[in-house]
Amino acid sequence: MAHAEGQQHPIGIYLKIWGLLFVLSTASYLVDYFHFQGYLRWTLIIVFMLLKAGLIVAVFMHMLWERLALMYAIVVPTLLLLVLLGIGALEADYTFFSRGIFFGAKLF
Amino acid sequence: MTQPVLTRTGQSVPLPEGVQGIVADWSSDQRAFKKVPWGKAMMWIFLLSDTFIFSSFLISYMTVRMSTTEPWPNPSEVFALTLFGKKIPLILIAIMTFVLISSSGTMAMAVNFGYRKDRRKTFVLLLITAALGATFVGMQAFEWTKLIVDEGIRPWGNPLGAAQFGSTFFMITGFHGTHVSIGVIFLIIVAIKVLRGDLDHERPGFLTGRKGKYEIVEIMGLYWHFVDLVWVFIFAVFYLW
Repeated sequence: MAHAEGQQHPIGIYLKIWGLLFVLSTASYLVDYFHFQGYLRWTLIIVFMLLKAGLIVAVFMHMLWERLALMYAIVVPTLLLLVLLGIGALEADYTFFSRGIFFGAKLF
Repeated sequence: MTQPVLTRTGQSVPLPEGVQGIVADWSSDQRAFKKVPWGKAMMWIFLLSDTFIFSSFLISYMTVRMSTTEPWPNPSEVFALTLFGKKIPLILIAIMTFVLISSSGTMAMAVNFGYRKDRRKTFVLLLITAALGATFVGMQAFEWTKLIVDEGIRPWGNPLGAAQFGSTFFMITGFHGTHVSIGVIFLIIVAIKVLRGDLDHERPGFLTGRKGKYEIVEIMGLYWHFVDLVWVFIFAVFYLW
């Protein structure tokens, strides 16, 4: 068979991941519900977010079982976004600072 | 694990794995993405470009939110609902999240049953996925109505604080909702193809004329999981910030 059918995995793994995604979503909702603030809030939100994203891509989208050539072609370019994120943050800080100086003395 | 592939001489040679595999795949005289139907590779590349679109939106949102000197409306309160006489923060968004995750679960199972050639189960699961997706869009329509009519939030300003709240909110959730709506339409199309047996009998599609195969269910699934994936990020950075 040239192409015996593609991704074949036991149903159980999807159900487990599904359950895990429910737990993680509930957890991130509770972060808001219990009014966690500051670094604790941010750490929890980002950890839950990345875990959920990772599970979806790895298992539901079968990235875990693809060849590395495809995995790297898709995953590595997204790291460029970190650069955009950094530029955005720098720019935002500068804009905020300038607005403070020119528009609102009340900020300082 | 090495899996054999057919070569012209009829002998099977194992594909190299690891870093060596990447080099071998990319430098081979054939296609770079082995063991993947090209439709699936193309969907992945489309999703990569879509990732950049949504990331640009979310990063611009971060930039305007960090740079505004006006107070930002508290999403926890804006998206609260009064249920059973009690005000519960962010509950609508939480329900939407669960609905979308459930649709991702049924989609993953539809792909699985598709490869097992279980037509009826695949069809039913695809239909449930589409129904959950439609529910999500319906709830979003409700949310938009509430914000526009009751709270007076507009893309150019709102009574709660920073004007950027409205513009980024409608832009990001609108774009995401459009993706979900398109997904629902395609889910229904794929479901009908499955039910009619187009994929079992390799009937050509009406648009491209390509032979029907169960890999289209998986390709549809990739798109659908991506929509869920984007929601994970929107939920975290827009609603929980």
